[in-house]
Amino acid sequence: MKEKLLDKLNTSFKNSIESFSEFRNELTIIIKKADIEKICSFLRDDAELSFDSLRDICGAVNRASVDRYEVVNNLYSLKNKYRLRLKVLVDADDMNVPTVTRIWPTADFEEREAYDMYGIVFDNHPDLRRIYMPEEFEYYPLRKDFPLMGIPGSLPLPRK
Amino acid sequence: MELMKPDEPFITTKLDDIMAWARKNSLWPMPMGISCCAIEMMSFAGPRYDCARFGSEAFRFSPRQSDLMIVAGTVTYKMSHVVRKIYDQMPDPKWVIAMGACTSTGGMYRTYSVVQGIDLFIPVDVYVAGCPPRPDNLIKGLMEVQNQIARGEKPGQKVKNIYPRIRFCK
Repeated sequence: MKEKLLDKLNTSFKNSIESFSEFRNELTIIIKKADIEKICSFLRDDAELSFDSLRDICGAVNRASVDRYEVVNNLYSLKNKYRLRLKVLVDADDMNVPTVTRIWPTADFEEREAYDMYGIVFDNHPDLRRIYMPEEFEYYPLRKDFPLMGIPGSLPLPRK
Repeated sequence: MELMKPDEPFITTKLDDIMAWARKNSLWPMPMGISCCAIEMMSFAGPRYDCARFGSEAFRFSPRQSDLMIVAGTVTYKMSHVVRKIYDQMPDPKWVIAMGACTSTGGMYRTYSVVQGIDLFIPVDVYVAGCPPRPDNLIKGLMEVQNQIARGEKPGQKVKNIYPRIRFCK
């Protein structure tokens, strides 16, 4: 499965793949940000690969100052029983990432969560609002520069 | 007088005392079950621990009919407005039990989204320790509320939170 997948991706999207690695039989591919929609719809629609299930989308913060954030798409092929991790690196200067909601509708809430916690903006998302924090909250709490106990006064309490 | 029959027993008392006696033996809890403490609160109401023995078997999910709010669980800043609104909807006099570590102090959630103790926004009468507290511990909390009522204390006045707490980092 792994060889077939890498062959197909190398023939069609050779320039979009930045690197790949494998850990405990799970493949991780880092792809270019602009091509995420193309690659994802190829992976879903290809009859042999058929990555028909999007299991999760997470945001993450790297230690590096360049490409500090990443978006991790965990895909699963029910037909082949195979998992694939697609990563996109996001720089702090340009936090926009194309959405995959048109490919897997379940990405809706997960992209909203990544937006809420990290401030990653998903372009063309149908309803990009905060999902956990109050809508008037101004910060992104899982960023490393956000203090653990929050910013005083940012979350109002009811009057006593 | 016709109504007073001389051979029937009677007691004399103050009106406040008899009101307090009636109140303390008919507390109707408003179960504010927010997280895992609510499971122990259900056990407290169930047949094994049976809070009906203390006159508070009628759990009311309507705040308009209840006079004791048991806040059982982690109160986030987003949820705090709901808790306060339900507390405001309850008729006076009303008492509050903060059940468990999260509700009393924020507990292990020393983080930006969790209120570090509900007494930051509502007055609390009894804090019940534990994570979660055992049902018998909550029964002790209920009996403590009953004692406060019997002593004629006003709700939300006496107890100060003695747990150390951090509200925000610098």
